[in-house]
Amino acid sequence: MATDILMPALSPTMEQGKLAKWLKKEGDPVKAGDILAEIETDKATMEVEAVDEGVLAKILVADGTDNVAVNTPIAVLAEEGEDPAGVEAGGGQSNSKPNGKAEGEVQKAPAPDMQAEGQAERPAPAAKTEDDKPVEKPAAPAVITNRGQDPAMAEIPEGTQMVTQTVREALRDAMAEEMRRDENVFVMGEEVAEYQGAYKITQGLLQEFGAKRVVDTPITEHGFAGVGVGAAFTGLKPIVEFMTFNFAMQAIDQIINSAAKTLYMSGGQLGCPIVFRGPNGAAARVGAQHSHDYAAWYSNVPGLKVVMPYTASDAKGLLKSAIRDPNPVVFLENEILYGQSFPVPQLDDFTVPIGKAKVHREGKDVTIVSFGIGMTYALKAAHELAEAGIEAEVIDLRTIRPMDSETVVASVKKTGRCITVEEGFPQSGVGAEIAARLMVDAFDYLDAPVLRITGKDVPMPYAANLEKLALPNVAEVIEAAKAVCYR
Amino acid sequence: MDAAKEAHRGSDEAREMAALPPASNVPAFSRDEDLHAYREMLLIRRFEEKAGQLYGMGLIGGFCHLYIGQEAVVIGVQMASKDGDQVITGYRDHGHMLACGMEPKGVMAELTGRKGGYSRGKGGSMHMFSREKNFYGGHGIVGAQVSLGTGLGFANKYRGDGAVSLTYMGDGAANQGQVYESFNMAQLWKLPVVYVIENNRYAMGTSVSRASAQTDFSKRGVSFGIPGEQVDGMDVRAVREAATRAIAHARDGEGPYILEMQTYRYRGHSMSDPAKYRTKDEVARMREESDPIEQVRKRLLGAHKVPEDEIKAVDAKVRAIVNESADFATSDPEPDPSELWTDILL
Repeated sequence: MATDILMPALSPTMEQGKLAKWLKKEGDPVKAGDILAEIETDKATMEVEAVDEGVLAKILVADGTDNVAVNTPIAVLAEEGEDPAGVEAGGGQSNSKPNGKAEGEVQKAPAPDMQAEGQAERPAPAAKTEDDKPVEKPAAPAVITNRGQDPAMAEIPEGTQMVTQTVREALRDAMAEEMRRDENVFVMGEEVAEYQGAYKITQGLLQEFGAKRVVDTPITEHGFAGVGVGAAFTGLKPIVEFMTFNFAMQAIDQIINSAAKTLYMSGGQLGCPIVFRGPNGAAARVGAQHSHDYAAWYSNVPGLKVVMPYTASDAKGLLKSAIRDPNPVVFLENEILYGQSFPVPQLDDFTVPIGKAKVHREGKDVTIVSFGIGMTYALKAAHELAEAGIEAEVIDLRTIRPMDSETVVASVKKTGRCITVEEGFPQSGVGAEIAARLMVDAFDYLDAPVLRITGKDVPMPYAANLEKLALPNVAEVIEAAKAVCYR
Repeated sequence: MDAAKEAHRGSDEAREMAALPPASNVPAFSRDEDLHAYREMLLIRRFEEKAGQLYGMGLIGGFCHLYIGQEAVVIGVQMASKDGDQVITGYRDHGHMLACGMEPKGVMAELTGRKGGYSRGKGGSMHMFSREKNFYGGHGIVGAQVSLGTGLGFANKYRGDGAVSLTYMGDGAANQGQVYESFNMAQLWKLPVVYVIENNRYAMGTSVSRASAQTDFSKRGVSFGIPGEQVDGMDVRAVREAATRAIAHARDGEGPYILEMQTYRYRGHSMSDPAKYRTKDEVARMREESDPIEQVRKRLLGAHKVPEDEIKAVDAKVRAIVNESADFATSDPEPDPSELWTDILL
């Protein structure tokens, strides 16, 4: 019986990749362990091994095909003795070796009214469905002519040429542009140079800027965070990449006690112009020690700025601002968002101010406040709510500290209702802070209690179903929105 | 603990005491050098004594860690350093600030939490800085300054400015993990850093032999290939001699160097420490036999034939400076309440 060979995932968050090269051709006999093909993403390359023996009956996806969704059948393997010519494409039993962890999310060109929203969604647990199909090409560059209709674009000058970029590319461009602009900017961290970045955020930087300014460190977070802070005390502008903010726990003393407090303790003499950046929060199925969202933690500390972008355009503009900022900035990224594409303005020097929230979607009935990957739930919920006749205003905080209460309060004065969405834990979370502020600053305008949608109050489980339960979901957001609207 | 172990420990300590290299073979100081060292060390001694008094009077709060007994370390190292070299240390830091040329008035006023303090009263004993004098603190988390000092060395190499980072730590800090993370990076990248381990024999109340598997701190860089040496930290000449070697090594691009300064603090760990973990005899013996200032004073009066009046004039001058700093620090106003909200962000 013929089996389908499926496009494998290189990582739990991979959704699509390029089929770079077939190493076997149709009709070749195959043994288990033979390398059939090479696939690549913007992050890495991998070899596809055969798990069974047989004959490579049919190649379904040709060499050089881009954007092949994970779990798409890429070839059919016939059993020995079976007539290769008789096998049907896609008719086989699925049998991929790296068990498809992430179902390919089909990337559609954004609808005109949703240009800035991207298509981000958490990868669903592995399950092959009929929806699997090759993805469409990313949206072509578009000129915004009516960005006044889209509040998410309000900061971008009319007529600006937009390019579609992933968050990953936007972050890299931000660093490269700032390194070109200022000799004092350098990047250090584990695997940032020769490996091109554990998540490929620093891809190409070593080649352009050399080993002096793109510094591979040993696995020594506490130490290199301190080295970065010490260098920043002298006026250099380090970008310290943590492979994940979970590992920054080893370095949190230097971030808080040294970077955040020294300006104050020195009576204003010794600033610390440094950026600590890296993926934060849950990726997919990486367990409790690799899934913690630290937004609330760092936002508790005076002397730090804390930024957590959602779109590629904000990621770029905010990272550039963070690098220029004379203060220590904790810049929280998200692994799932890295691969998501958004329109990014093609401007020579595009920055987004730190400390300014954005009304991502206008609405009159309920305010949904979120940030980072939380925005994916908020926006999906808002679209579904609209179908039910509830117009939600979605605010992307973008900066957690200093927090732009003003934008939130202004919205709540209009809607009278507020819910917050974050993946972090509920107690002392960002939502708790927003609720407390609204109680003081918008008490008389609230028609319902502020509700918080957060990650559940448990360490992140590994099992796919439990992880899904532990994270917020769109239904919870919709339910909360309806509840505060008494619907 | 059985008798054999007790005896072994006893002999360990005896060996530590005996391990101080004989002072006879260190290069002599000129008259002027000894006079300079005397004046600088005496300033620290008198300053710290005054700080102790003010603490006792309730004019200095919180923690106050005095440097008395260890003066030869920072003065000897400073005598070997050049303008532009940076100094960074832990919380026993008043001596380092004075050695870097920071104003005694500003340091004392910070101790009393006044407006004219180096950190405008917002740092306190453990947190003072002077960019002008290349003093980078003043850090209260044991060992944190070692990574930070390594970062200063990183910046020096990045800029190629030829400066050396003089990174101090105590024997207690030398057991912190980030110290070894820093040693590794400093040697890997050949950073211009001299690590000065001030071994005053007690990490708060815990003697070195009770906390350290390897009590020879000069060997703490062996696994990274960092050269190190033990130095009689009570003899300012020996300190300068070793520091000259270490700083040259770092400045020449050869990477970091470790100096274990064998020294002794006469006072408790902090003002609130009754120091019951050691005998009064031990302290008295160190003061009588090895006092860093007394050694220089004897040489000035003896070999250098400096008239006693001249030395007394130095004493009086130092006392006047210290009294003036105390007067300032007790009469200067407290910071304006509005200072609470300044210097949080730039």
